[in-house]
Order: sequence, then structure tokens, then C-alpha cells
Amino acid sequence: MKRRTRHTKSHVMLGLTYVAALIATLPLLLILVHLLSEGAKYIRPSFFTEMPRPIGEPGGGMANAIVGTLILISIASVIGLPVGIGAGLFLAEKRGSTLATVVRFLSDVLNGLPSIVLGIFAWQFLVRPVGHFSALAGGMALGAMMIPLVTRTTEEMIRLVPVSLRESALALGYTRWRTSLTIVLRTALPGIVTGALVAIARIAGETAPLLFTALGNQFWSTSLKGPIAALPLQIFTYAITPYDTAHGQAWAGAVVLIVVVLIISLLARFATRSRFGLGAD
Amino acid sequence: MTDATAQLPGVTPPRAARAAAPLSASLFGDRIYQAVITAFAVFIPLLLILIAIAIGIAAWPALSRSGLSFVTSSEWNVAEGKFGVAPAIYGTLVSSAIALILATPLALGVSIFLSEIAPKWLRQPVAFLVDLLAAVPSVVYGLWGIFVLIPLLRDPVGPFVRDTLGLGKTPLFSGPNYGYSMLAAGIILAIMILPFISAVTREVLLAVPRSQRDAALALGATRWEMIRDAVLPYARSGIIGGIILGLGRALGETMAVMMLIGNRAEISASLFAPGYTMASLIANQFSEATSDLHLSALMAVGAVLFVVTLIVNAIARWLVWRVTRGSGR
Amino acid sequence: MPAVADPEPVAAPLQVAESPRAPPLLETKRLNAYFGEARVLRNITAEIQDREITAVIGPSGCGKSTLLRCLNRMHETAPGASVEGDVTLDGMSIYKGDLSAIAVRRHVGMVFQRPTPFPTMSIRDNVVAGLRILGRDGPSRAEADAIAEESLKRCGLWTEVEDRLRESALALSGGQQQRLCIARALATQPRVLLLDEPTASLDPLSTQTIEELVHELRKEITVIIVTHNMQQAARVSDRTAFMLAGELIEIASTNSIFTNPKDSRTEAYVTGRFG
Repeated sequence: MKRRTRHTKSHVMLGLTYVAALIATLPLLLILVHLLSEGAKYIRPSFFTEMPRPIGEPGGGMANAIVGTLILISIASVIGLPVGIGAGLFLAEKRGSTLATVVRFLSDVLNGLPSIVLGIFAWQFLVRPVGHFSALAGGMALGAMMIPLVTRTTEEMIRLVPVSLRESALALGYTRWRTSLTIVLRTALPGIVTGALVAIARIAGETAPLLFTALGNQFWSTSLKGPIAALPLQIFTYAITPYDTAHGQAWAGAVVLIVVVLIISLLARFATRSRFGLGAD
Repeated sequence: MTDATAQLPGVTPPRAARAAAPLSASLFGDRIYQAVITAFAVFIPLLLILIAIAIGIAAWPALSRSGLSFVTSSEWNVAEGKFGVAPAIYGTLVSSAIALILATPLALGVSIFLSEIAPKWLRQPVAFLVDLLAAVPSVVYGLWGIFVLIPLLRDPVGPFVRDTLGLGKTPLFSGPNYGYSMLAAGIILAIMILPFISAVTREVLLAVPRSQRDAALALGATRWEMIRDAVLPYARSGIIGGIILGLGRALGETMAVMMLIGNRAEISASLFAPGYTMASLIANQFSEATSDLHLSALMAVGAVLFVVTLIVNAIARWLVWRVTRGSGR
Repeated sequence: MPAVADPEPVAAPLQVAESPRAPPLLETKRLNAYFGEARVLRNITAEIQDREITAVIGPSGCGKSTLLRCLNRMHETAPGASVEGDVTLDGMSIYKGDLSAIAVRRHVGMVFQRPTPFPTMSIRDNVVAGLRILGRDGPSRAEADAIAEESLKRCGLWTEVEDRLRESALALSGGQQQRLCIARALATQPRVLLLDEPTASLDPLSTQTIEELVHELRKEITVIIVTHNMQQAARVSDRTAFMLAGELIEIASTNSIFTNPKDSRTEAYVTGRFG
């Protein structure tokens, strides 16, 4: 191939990657713009404080769903955070061992499981035996989903702490466990907290597992033992109805959800800049 | 002359020596710590086993009754207790295939852009925007899909493809077009799996050693030739791993698909036809399951989904690991 | 550690006989160190006197840092690392006696090449970090404050930080951080202070400050300093040990080593024929 054509071809192909980048960033922007323009109309203070009206009636809010989501992610964190941070510590400190390799691999596998499968799991063990849906079951399913996310970021953050810091503590006479917890973990804490927040944002938007566990609730409930409303569930319920007013509520709910997710993602990005692997290289 | 046992004048013996921790106490603390973090780590494989058990128990009644016909039959008759999920499997495969066909070239293009071509100032923002796609909840995609994508497909895209391009006669685009279709599901899935394929591909492209690139350029290759001949082949198994990972995600996606695919048990060649996937089937029928057997059948679908995604994800991770382990990333 | 009879006959390192000395504070006895199967220290037998500064010099990879790390049982913290032989401190065996590794490390302090202040602690908390672990037996808050002040004064850092003790240690310059690490190590009043190339990452001015500090410390504490900088060894130490490929070739007064080395290899190194 002549030199000129080869170079032209190179330029064309490289130009195509610019196009690909453009197309790839488009959906997000389109969705965000549409979401904000539709939903902004329906966001009022009452959205956060009022209960849902019967479907079809205008007005009302999603107070119960917002609180429900907060309760669910709290339950999830009770499971997801200790296990995730503990497993992350294990993987960081026992890097080369066979068990660590196996656990890391399985954690990634767990991460890739469809969320609906986790819903079924919680349903089988926590809903069926007691005969009713519950916030507890929903929180457990979400907690199980949180584990691999928190594990991974914890491991990464712990590994970033220089070995010399650990050694300095040991050389002072610190025991291993004290070094790990009060020196290493404490130093890595900001990154771990960020990772936890990102994980929470991720599970806050999950719907499928809740279909089998928390179920959703039109009324106000904070009980762990019964069905509970959740923001994504409410959005879903309203989205599939034929009523415009309900659709409006759904948009508003989606806006709330995505604004929270966006803020947390931005914070995380800001706090751990080099993690995304590109600019720092 | 120095006296080896002399202390600092006026100062008591080394402070720390006065309270040197008894041997057993510190070892005890270390042992507890080890035990605790190991327990947390082992929780993960245990959880996976529990999930498998849960699904097994739930699915057993239906599976033992239908046997192999569960996956081969198309007959889904609740009243008669016949449960064949072939249409769901078909729908899953087709929607995932559409998603992969659409997403892979885009993801590859973006990743090459980000790792080889983009100017430094552009990298972070673009990467951030692409990665953010993974953070959007499935139900929000579904919402957007219902009110933006579906109407778009109904008109103008549908008529454009069928009439203007004349493809309406081909089996792929025949039949009525309500918008809720395999195509809609495929498109939304493509958007949803794009960030995953892109993230993995980026990682493996960055793992290709500098020397590979330098060698190609030194031989006189153009930028694109260097990418095509030196970088991509080296990263190939990792890229395939990324694609398979995307597949794994597409297979299990529930909400957005359920909201856009029409939820009909049919196997049709047309992209405009509605259908369902395994995941959407379960979610859709769960609240209306009429009998224990029905429920069990839904769980059996879940079992198939579980096994398939397990295998797909394991293969994907292994492929990626093969490429990135050498570079220590 | 299991005692292993070493089959190879090894020549004792050359020691220059000088005036009768007091019993050594620190002694190594046929010390061998391994990373897995690879032996990195070969039958090191040496004596370190109290209240003297001993420098350890030698080319890269000769085992200087490993030797140091064996003296406070840090070597064994590396995966696959092991030690044979013994080290005694004030007559007590470090490896074969009742002392736990943790107790040893409280008697033998260490400062590393790169300053490592604990990032989440203030300057004052950094200094007394080694005392916090004593729990109920440790000093009270007021006592700890006094100890911190005393330690910082010994390191010449007090005047520079006295009005920002609560600030993060990371706000200090590299040289200040390293002096902080020395203060931290000294706060527990160890018998021996090990310095592993403490000025390697510092600018010349900070290096000078630390060298002066180390010179001052000689009056109070035993110091062993590893350095790849021969001039530094000559400036700072009373005795110098030369190591090569895991062996201790020669140990004598600094003056002797640099002006009149007994072993040809030592001579080759100190005259710069290899490095």
C-alpha cells in the first residue's frame, strides 16, 4: 500500500475513534438532559414530604419511598461494609495466597451475578420461610450485592498505603493487628469511605432484587418486618401505568435518584483521581 | 569509658521495657484479627454456595417435573403445568446479541481513543462520562426507554427502516412495530453494557507494554497500524474477556429490558417483534404466579440464568486476568 | 529459631585490637539471613559497643539493610524470610530467648530511608505513637506531652514545630519529617537506634542537620547507621563495618577503615575502585 494511502487510512481510523467517543458519551447526556427537563417540573418540596396519592390523582410525593430506600441501604450497609472491608483487608494482606486468589475471583463472579438472582436468594431464605415480604430481606439482598464492590475498593486502597508505613509501625513495636487497623486502615480510610459511598449509590438504584423481597408499599412503613417502599420500585410502578401524573412522579423520582448518584460519583472521582487509571499514567 | 549498663543520668530504664507486652497477649490479638478477616473473606465463597443452594431448592420441583423439556419446549401453560422456556432463552440470546453487536465496536473505539489517541485533558472527562453510564440505575434506563426510545422506534425509525430503506420485506424487520420490541431492548442493553466493555478494554490496552508500541513505530508503522498490529493482538484475549463480561451483564439485566421488550412469549425472527428474556420473564410473572409449581418454574428460569451467567463471568474474568497479570496492574 | 550447625569454616572478620573494651552492647553470632532459599547474610559475627556510632558501608545489595533489619527482628516480617544464628542485646538473646519480636523492637528503634510520618496523626501524636500502644501502662496525657517535647528537643525540631503540634505531620518538609521519625523512635527510649540510609532522600542541608543530630546522640544512645555514602560514614561514625556480598569483611575504628584498611577488598571499596 502506498505510503500516502496508509497515512490517510490511519487518520481516518483515528478519526473514527473520535466519532466513537462522541457517540459513546451521547446517551448519557441525552438521558440526563431529558430526565432533568421532564422531572424538574415535578420536583417540589412536597415530593419529599408527602405520601403518594392514589394512582391517577395529581400531586403527592414519594416520602415513604425515600425513607424506605434509606432504611434499605442502612440494612445493606450493616452486612456489606464489615464483610467488604474485612475481606478487602484480607485480600490486601494475604495477596499471594491461594485462598486470596480464590476469594478475589469469586468476589468478581459475585459482582457479575444478575441482581435478580440475589433477589431470588433472599426470597428463598428470608421471605418464604416467614411467609411475608420484608425490608430486612430486601436489605440483605442489597447487602450481598454491596460486598464485592466494597471488597474491591478496600483492597485497592489498602494496597496504596506504602509498605514503609506499615514497617515503621512494626518497628515501633506495634502488633500486626494494631498496625493494620490503626495505621494502615486509618490511612486508607478516605478512599474506603468513598468506595463505600459509590457502592451505596449503586445499590440504592437497584429494583429487581426488591421485587422479591421488599415488594414496595403504598403506605408509610418503617418496619423491618414488612414490605417497604423504595424509590426505584416506586419509579417502576408509576412508569408502567398509563397515567401522565404518575409518569411525572416517576420522572421526579428518577431525577432525585440520578442526582444523588451523580453527586456521589463526582465526589468519588474527585477524591481518588488516579484510580481511573488514565491521566495518572 | 562507656559502661554498657549505664542509663541516661536521671532517667529511668527504657520506658517501653517497663511494660513490654506479654508474649501471649499480642499473639492473641493477632490471631483474633487474622481469624476475623479470614472469616469475612470466606463469607464470599460461602455466600455463592448459599445462593446456589437457594436457587436449587426453589427450582427443583419444576425442573424435576419437566426435565430437559424445560429448556427445549416453547409451551408455557401454567394451568397444565407445562413450562418450556425456549422463547425466553431465545429472547435473551437475541437481545444480548444485538447489544453486543452495537456496543462492541463503540466500546472498542472509545477505549482505543482513551488509551492511545485522546489528548491528556480530554481523557479524564470522557472516561468519566462513559463510566458514569454504569452508574445509572436500570429502572431509569427503562423510564427513558419507554418515553424516548420506544416512541422514536415507532416513528420515525421504524418507518424509515421498513419503507425508506425497503427492509420491511426482510424477515428481520417484518411484522407490526409497536415500539416495544427486541430491538428496543437490544439498544438499551447496548448502552448499559458499553461502560463495562469499555472499562475492561481500557485496562487491557493500558497493560500492553510500551515496548510493543515503540517497536512497531520504529519499524515505520502508522499510528493506526501500530494499534491494529501491535497493541490489539497483544490485548486480544483481554478484549474478548471484556466483551464476554458485557455479555454476562446483558444476560442478567432485568428492569430496563422488562420495561421495553413487550413481554410476550413468542419466537420471531423480526427485530420489531416483542418477546421476553429469562430475567424479564421472572420479574414479570412473579407477582402473578398462581401456584407453587408456577413459582418453582420461575425459579428454575432463575437457575438457568444463574448457571449461565456464572460460567460466562468466570470465563470473562479468566481471559482478562491472563492479559493483565503480567503487567502487575 | 532452630540452631543449625554451619558446615563451612568461616574466617572471623578482621578486628583491629585496640584498648580493652567493655562488654559489647549488641553482638551477632554467626547470623545468617535468608529470603526463601537465597542466603543474603553469611555468618555475620560482630560486636557493637554501647554509646558508639557504628556505620555499615558496602556496595548495593551487600546486605547492609538486611543486617540492620535482623537486629530488631524486622527481617522476618517479609514473606518467606528467615534467620539463623543469634543476636544478643545486653547479654539477652533476641532470637532464642523469651523476648517477643515486639519487645525487641521496643528496645531497638529504627528509622527508614524515606520519612514515614503517620499521615493521620498530628506532629505531637506521631512522636508519642510508640508509647500509645502501652495502653494502661503508658504515660498520661501530660506525661506524653512532656515526652514529646523532650524528644523533639533532642532532635532539634522543637523550636520549629512548638506552635503547630496539633497540625498534620505531612505539613513538614522532608528533612523535618525525618527528624520527626527519629524523635518518634527516640521517644520510647530504646537502647539502640538503627538508621537505614536516613538521609538518602534528603537535600544536603537536611542531611547535614541530621548528621549533626546523630553525632549528638552518641552521648546518649547506641547508633548503627547504614549508609552508601562513605563521606557520611567518615563524618559521623566511631566505628565502621564493611560488608560485601552478605559477608562482614572488616569492622574497625572509622579512622582505621578509611586510612589503613586491613583487607584488600575494603581498601578497594573505600578508595572508590568499585562501588
